[in-house]
Amino acid sequence: MWRFALNRLLQAIPVLLIVISATFMLVHSAPGGPFSAEKSVPPEVIAALEAQYNLDQPLWQQYISYLGDVVQGDFGPSFKYSGRTVNELIAAGIPATAELAFYAMMVALIIGVSAGVAAAMRPNTMQDYVPMSAAMLGICMPSFLLGPLLVLIFGIYLEWLPVSGWGDMPGDKIMPSITLGTGYAAYIARLSRGGMLEVLSQDYIRTARAKGLSERVIIFKHAMRGGLIPVVAFLGPAFAGLLGGSFVVETIFQIPGLGRFYVQAAFNRDYTMILGMTIFFATLIILFNLLSDMLAIWLDPKLRHQARGNN
Amino acid sequence: MGLFKASEQNQEQEQGTSLWKDAWIKLSKNYLALFGLSILGLLCLVSILTPWIAPYGYEEQNLILGATPPSLAHWLGTDIFGRDMLTRIMYGGRVSLTVGFIATAVALIIGVLWGAIAGFVGGRVDAVMMRIVDIMYALPFMIFIVLLMVVFGRNILLLFLAIGAVEWLTMARIVRSQVMSLRKQEFVEAAHSLGLSQWTIIRRHIIPNTLGPVIVYTTLTIPSVMLLEAFLSFLGLGIQPPQSSWGLLINYGVETMEEYPWLLIFPGVTLSLTLFALNFLGDGLRDALDPRTSKD
Amino acid sequence: MALLEVNGLSIYFHSRNGVVKAVDDVSFTVDAGETLAIVGESGSGKSVTCYSLLDLLPKPPAKIEAGTALFDGIDLLSCDAAQMRRFRSNDIAMIFQDPMTSLNPFISIGEQLIEPLIYNEDKSARLSRSDARLRAIELLDEVGIIDSEQRFDCFPHEFSGGMRQRVMIAMALINEPRLLICDEPTTALDVTIQAQILALIKTLQQKRDVAVIFISHDLGVVAGIADKIIVMCEGTVREANDAEGIFYRTEDDYTKKLLAAIPEGAKVMPNRAQVDNPLIKVQNLKTYFRDYSTTPAGHIKAVDGVSLEIQRGEILGLVGESGSGKSTLGRSILQLAPITAGSIHFDSIELNKLSPAKLVPWRRKMQMIFQDPYASLNPRMTVYQTLAEPLLYHSLANAKNIDQQVQQLMDDVGLARINMRKYPHEFSGGQRQRIAIGRAIATKPELIIADEPVSALDVTIQAQILDLILNLVEKHNLTMMFISHDLSVVRYISDRVVVMNKGVIIETGDTEALWADPQQQYTRDLLAAIPLADPKSERLRRLSR
Repeated sequence: MWRFALNRLLQAIPVLLIVISATFMLVHSAPGGPFSAEKSVPPEVIAALEAQYNLDQPLWQQYISYLGDVVQGDFGPSFKYSGRTVNELIAAGIPATAELAFYAMMVALIIGVSAGVAAAMRPNTMQDYVPMSAAMLGICMPSFLLGPLLVLIFGIYLEWLPVSGWGDMPGDKIMPSITLGTGYAAYIARLSRGGMLEVLSQDYIRTARAKGLSERVIIFKHAMRGGLIPVVAFLGPAFAGLLGGSFVVETIFQIPGLGRFYVQAAFNRDYTMILGMTIFFATLIILFNLLSDMLAIWLDPKLRHQARGNN
Repeated sequence: MGLFKASEQNQEQEQGTSLWKDAWIKLSKNYLALFGLSILGLLCLVSILTPWIAPYGYEEQNLILGATPPSLAHWLGTDIFGRDMLTRIMYGGRVSLTVGFIATAVALIIGVLWGAIAGFVGGRVDAVMMRIVDIMYALPFMIFIVLLMVVFGRNILLLFLAIGAVEWLTMARIVRSQVMSLRKQEFVEAAHSLGLSQWTIIRRHIIPNTLGPVIVYTTLTIPSVMLLEAFLSFLGLGIQPPQSSWGLLINYGVETMEEYPWLLIFPGVTLSLTLFALNFLGDGLRDALDPRTSKD
Repeated sequence: MALLEVNGLSIYFHSRNGVVKAVDDVSFTVDAGETLAIVGESGSGKSVTCYSLLDLLPKPPAKIEAGTALFDGIDLLSCDAAQMRRFRSNDIAMIFQDPMTSLNPFISIGEQLIEPLIYNEDKSARLSRSDARLRAIELLDEVGIIDSEQRFDCFPHEFSGGMRQRVMIAMALINEPRLLICDEPTTALDVTIQAQILALIKTLQQKRDVAVIFISHDLGVVAGIADKIIVMCEGTVREANDAEGIFYRTEDDYTKKLLAAIPEGAKVMPNRAQVDNPLIKVQNLKTYFRDYSTTPAGHIKAVDGVSLEIQRGEILGLVGESGSGKSTLGRSILQLAPITAGSIHFDSIELNKLSPAKLVPWRRKMQMIFQDPYASLNPRMTVYQTLAEPLLYHSLANAKNIDQQVQQLMDDVGLARINMRKYPHEFSGGQRQRIAIGRAIATKPELIIADEPVSALDVTIQAQILDLILNLVEKHNLTMMFISHDLSVVRYISDRVVVMNKGVIIETGDTEALWADPQQQYTRDLLAAIPLADPKSERLRRLSR
């Protein structure tokens, strides 16, 4: 298992290298060059940038030195916020985004799995149709539509919840978490229903029934392990999606998190910031994909056996 | 074969039901899928005819009128510049649907070719090609698209390519696994032992049997592409004014939703309804084309 | 009073396409310690009958329309869910057909074994985990699992098929039930393993005085173990009698048909093999597959140094258990699997040296019939298209006479011409196999390799297809290699037999000579494991062991 993880981590290194190179080249091939200041940028920032990127040197030397800095975890100074480094800005955005992503994931998993399992237990009855129709609605109601609608209803008309902010007022974390989590809850509901139905039609469930086990033991002990493997495997991609979704949700609710910083950086053409954050996101996503893969393998004794034997 | 002989044969032979016909019979019993199909058809028709049937001109402003709620003259109201919302949603739909279809076509072409080659050739080539797909799966594409839009400016062509480049991965996987499993099927082995050429086997035995999953996944790709486009446009990183799309309209709607909620609700409902229709159609097609739900 | 008394049981399946009477007015009784066999072909309702006793049928579509099933005087069909759970495992237990899929792959076999004890619906009978473990290990020993303490925590994929079925049996017996229902428990197993499992069930039954209901499609398998037999067909009981009554004194036409369909005895058709005129010559053939996941060496030696000849006009039987490499050998001869070393001569041509393009005219001369009639036909092509394809491709017919040629083929394999425009899914398994045979003989081949062509078919259909094959070999002057795991079928059809195990040939000989006097221990074991469709000789055989 650990060798498998190590192997995957080693494989991730060239992938990350590709990501860093691609983003670096992209930014440097921007029309007019990345650092041709169209607005007034303080001279000390320009000076810092020149030092950081050795702009007078050939591109490959700039690339090598940037790579060296990134390996040491240094993304350089921000292009727009004078006097602040990209590292500082990322560090400032992490708490809010991490918390938001965690709550959204909880919403998605709790609602999604219970709806999916409930639907699979009684397929083609009301207990199936109602949650699955709701799931379809959730998939067709993207966060950038759901968020504003929730604000309109609960924030503006009913005035039950604050319309923006994060941790400033009681209850201001509810709407962002639901907005971000709903789509994934819907998707997870469909995944877990499919997985559970597949497993419940297996011969070994019939064996369990013939043994006189109660439905509770059959569902929770025999069916869930196999049935929820698709959900576990989805957690990695879901995390990547959550980061993307945080762009929208943090913008709508004005949450000082990574997503909002990224969108702002994109609008401000804060190239160093975009470069740094892209690499940071990519690393995170690769890491989470690895974790969810490992979890899925660990849950399946056959794969666990193989992973132990080979990799 | 002469006409006379053909008609004679029809009398003495029972006509079989092909799997396609079988699937169509199943689909025509699925009302949700039929609803999806008709909504999709209606949208395509309206989009094509928009320049002729739109009640107002696309750029027609009426600053004195300003934003008005739905009325007889403007069924879906007007925006702050007095522009007719129905017209704007119709024109936005043209863009959204075009992005949906073209980017899906890009994904379809790359994905089918990639997956088919990997599946047919197999061995080392397959291993390398699929490793590339695995690696690209792990990349944060959403972020790359944003980056691309920032660096090269908002360009609709680039958007097609970028979205298509994300969505082909799953298509490649589906086609490859289909081809791989078909290659091991006994009827393909039988075709080999008949001495049929590689191309004949592909044309007659493999392609017809991969079409089902490809059709289903294509139907499900269109809504996810439209969603991605709307998402980017909402962030202001997709379609650029003066062009318009549903995502952009929702973006504008959010800014003024407190005073003029219809500017958010109508484009939102249109987008959701379209996604609904396409997803129902895709689900229906999946059920209909799934051999496991076949008669036997 | 009988232990189980089923009366007037009727079960219908309701679907959108109508109602199917899966079980129609079935009655039988089972006494304590007795073995009842329920025999029938697929769709006869034998499994549905037994599943309904433990409420294991999916409802809907199944619905019990009428009848009672009194177990100790309590009706199983009308008791509530909690009471049914009390019956399950405590009174009635079940073993299923496929041991590969009947155990949960995510849970260790030990944990699965003790579940009936620790979750017993009858709370007073529940055991603690440690007591349950002791009891389970004891039972694993009894069913013949070696190293049961260590194996207790292993997962199902670490066991072979036969071992898994032993675990299933232990699991069924763990709560000392009074009735054991076995649903085709040996169908998925090799013949030697089948014999072991049958013997194990019999021993355990006698030791514990358990009543057994044994479901099978194969009269041969039940001959040695059944006290009473009921024969079912299309949901109804055709005949019920003691074993000897069924085998020796039956009056029922359907039972007679079933008995007649059991392949028995030597080949009746004359041996047409020419002497010293080989059509196929295989020399030191090796076919290895790459596989890094299961073997440290990185490849599986499916065929490992095989030499054989097939004479013109001969039917060569190739027998072996699963994993013996017999299918791979067949595919290698036809150049459908890339070979690793050795040579294959067709006439004087070395096939393995030919380029794919040069091979095409030779492909026409050798064809294959496959095992699975569901997978061997393209589901999107009509019978006409399937049969016309080889004819047109090899220019054996032109646009004018193609219809007539296809009709000729359909007549040859016994398919009504009216079906020409139908698709595979509209046919039964036997009809599909006829289509596949038609495709194989379409190119007028000299050699046909048939890979288990009847093992997926019901026994009466199997007999028809075997006769069809024999007739076609005669009519078209074919040479054939007939691959099968079923020794009786091979004996019935072939002139000469090759026995394979683990990629190598164990023994070769003329069929009857080999049967009479096998030279190798492996062959002797195989032959001894064949169940005889004759209760008296089975009983004698068991006593002599």
